Amino acid sequence: MTPLLAPLAASDNRGLTIALFLAVVAVTLGITFWASRQNKTAADYYAGGRSFTGFQNGLAIGGDYMSAASFLGISGSIALYGYDGFLYSIGFLVAWLVALLLVAELLRNSGRYTMADQLAFRMRQVPVRTAAASSTIVVSIFYLLAQMVGAGSLVGLLLGVSSPGVKNLVIIAVGILMIVYVTLGGMKGTTWVQIVKAVLLIIGTLLITILVLAQFHFNLSELLGAAAEKSGKGEAFLQPGQLYGKDLVGKFDFLSLGLALVLGTAGLPHILIRFYTTPTAQTARKSVLWAIGLIGGFYLMTLVLGFGAAALVDTSKTSPIATSSGNAASPLLAQAVGGGEGTLGGAILLALISAVAFATILAVVAGLTLTSASSVAHDIYASVIKKGKASEKSEMIVVRVAAFGIGAVAIALAIPAQRLNIAFLVALAFAVAASANLPALLFNLFWRRFNTAGATASIYGGLIAAVVLVIFSPVGSGTATSLFPDANFAWFPLRNPGLVSIPIGFLCGILGTLLSKDTSSQERYDELEVRSLTGAGAEKAVAH
Amino acid sequence: MARTRRGPAPGSQRKRDEQAYTDLARDPDFAELKRRYRRFAVPATIAFLVWYVTYVVCNNWARGFMDTRVVGHVNVALVFGLLQFLSTFVIAYLYSRHASRELDPLATKLGARYEKETGR
Repeated sequence: MTPLLAPLAASDNRGLTIALFLAVVAVTLGITFWASRQNKTAADYYAGGRSFTGFQNGLAIGGDYMSAASFLGISGSIALYGYDGFLYSIGFLVAWLVALLLVAELLRNSGRYTMADQLAFRMRQVPVRTAAASSTIVVSIFYLLAQMVGAGSLVGLLLGVSSPGVKNLVIIAVGILMIVYVTLGGMKGTTWVQIVKAVLLIIGTLLITILVLAQFHFNLSELLGAAAEKSGKGEAFLQPGQLYGKDLVGKFDFLSLGLALVLGTAGLPHILIRFYTTPTAQTARKSVLWAIGLIGGFYLMTLVLGFGAAALVDTSKTSPIATSSGNAASPLLAQAVGGGEGTLGGAILLALISAVAFATILAVVAGLTLTSASSVAHDIYASVIKKGKASEKSEMIVVRVAAFGIGAVAIALAIPAQRLNIAFLVALAFAVAASANLPALLFNLFWRRFNTAGATASIYGGLIAAVVLVIFSPVGSGTATSLFPDANFAWFPLRNPGLVSIPIGFLCGILGTLLSKDTSSQERYDELEVRSLTGAGAEKAVAH
Repeated sequence: MARTRRGPAPGSQRKRDEQAYTDLARDPDFAELKRRYRRFAVPATIAFLVWYVTYVVCNNWARGFMDTRVVGHVNVALVFGLLQFLSTFVIAYLYSRHASRELDPLATKLGARYEKETGR
């Protein structure tokens, strides 16, 4: 994220953009207050009463997953680097097959509110919940910080202001909004915010996609040709190699990124807890199918948006698109296909897409805050501290206090984090999810011998490996965009740790299990296996 | 309201639950359900991971092949990428068909047996 962003909106349409932003805030707050009156039990608060249909939860998964980084970032990356910008979205999509085939239904049947519920099913509660809650909170906070820092820049960009004071105010406002959504609305409110956002995002993207394709007679090859020519790079713009894999280290770095993307999604705690909001495993399956369709369709549209921006909008080195690392590409493209700068159509579409981006930020931060607050209250407070003897009422108070605390911490960290290049935070979140959470989840479901020592070893091993490798990579030090630009302690060459940290996570799980004599976890394996595959005894929907 | 797992359920009920799970785990229908689930999930997972890694590797180490034009400005790299979308949609569809035809009826049958044995 570059610190200096050229203002996008001219003053004449800033009013319109602000009005639409306020409309988004009003609608989402309305949903939240409505949902707050429906939250009666813990299952209501944590899992939305498990009453969402497959289609609704599919939309919500899309709303949770398609962040501003993928909406503005991927199309921007395609606008600047051509074909290579597209690669992120493929890993993001294929990853859903891991969730569909190996995780979603089994987790729905055997867990309750958090990722740790599933892992602690047949393990010793305290160590496993502590480990799972740690990685849940680390992954969610990394992801949350990336979203909030992005929000400061994006809203500044969309409103046409670039002063640091305004960005700080935006971060604080977004933080307060997400605290309100989560403390009042719980999972029900958050889910509906995500559903509304997903619908807005799909409609907005579809509209721009059709308008772009219309300019090229609905001929993809013509669009690609125009983009290649305008980019000044010719056919190379349509070929691999503009962004990734320029040298041997770069090629392994790309392989590492690809692995983390495809294996990380099914270990992201904020995605996992979405499966608990459906009444049965069959509905959880349907929701993932809807999500795959929506997310896949969305990424195909970002391909058109990205190449459309390359073909129709200025992407030269000093343009707003280039100075915003591509984030301005979709809004400026919307303006261009609406009729161009200074036209009413252009102003309306620019404001519309800006509001969609804003709704996207709000929905994603709400989901992440809820995930971490749930884990603090349900895993740490109720199970580790109170040893399972906390009343539901006190747990419901703690989860709201936790949401408030996490929101405050996120605001406090996001403001100073603005001067950093935050792209690594998302990559790190995926790497930790793939290295720490996925091995533990898969071993727990499919390996009878797996035990408490194995579960904690894979979580801490994968988590520490991913974080340490990033610190000692060029992301940590040695280059101008590093966390510590003036020092150089980078001995690990890859910016993405997955290639090494994912095998470490799996290996730690195997070694931890085999080195421990503990076999008590096998006693309930039959129960876990029967329950996860048949749904016998699984949590049911709340009847209101 | 579902049974809470917080603390053990009253003794006799918990025992009945455990017995029901043990019975189901030994049921031939359950062995068949497990076999049918794994028969699809394991090969499909291996297949799409290999297919995806092949795509990533080709982007790195088979650039000449990826740069080949297919039609107009559409090259192999783009077609390969779009095929990843297609394969994802197809595998998702096939799994859902397999699950609703082969898995759901058995899971429902076993679930009903559990409810009968435990009384809920």
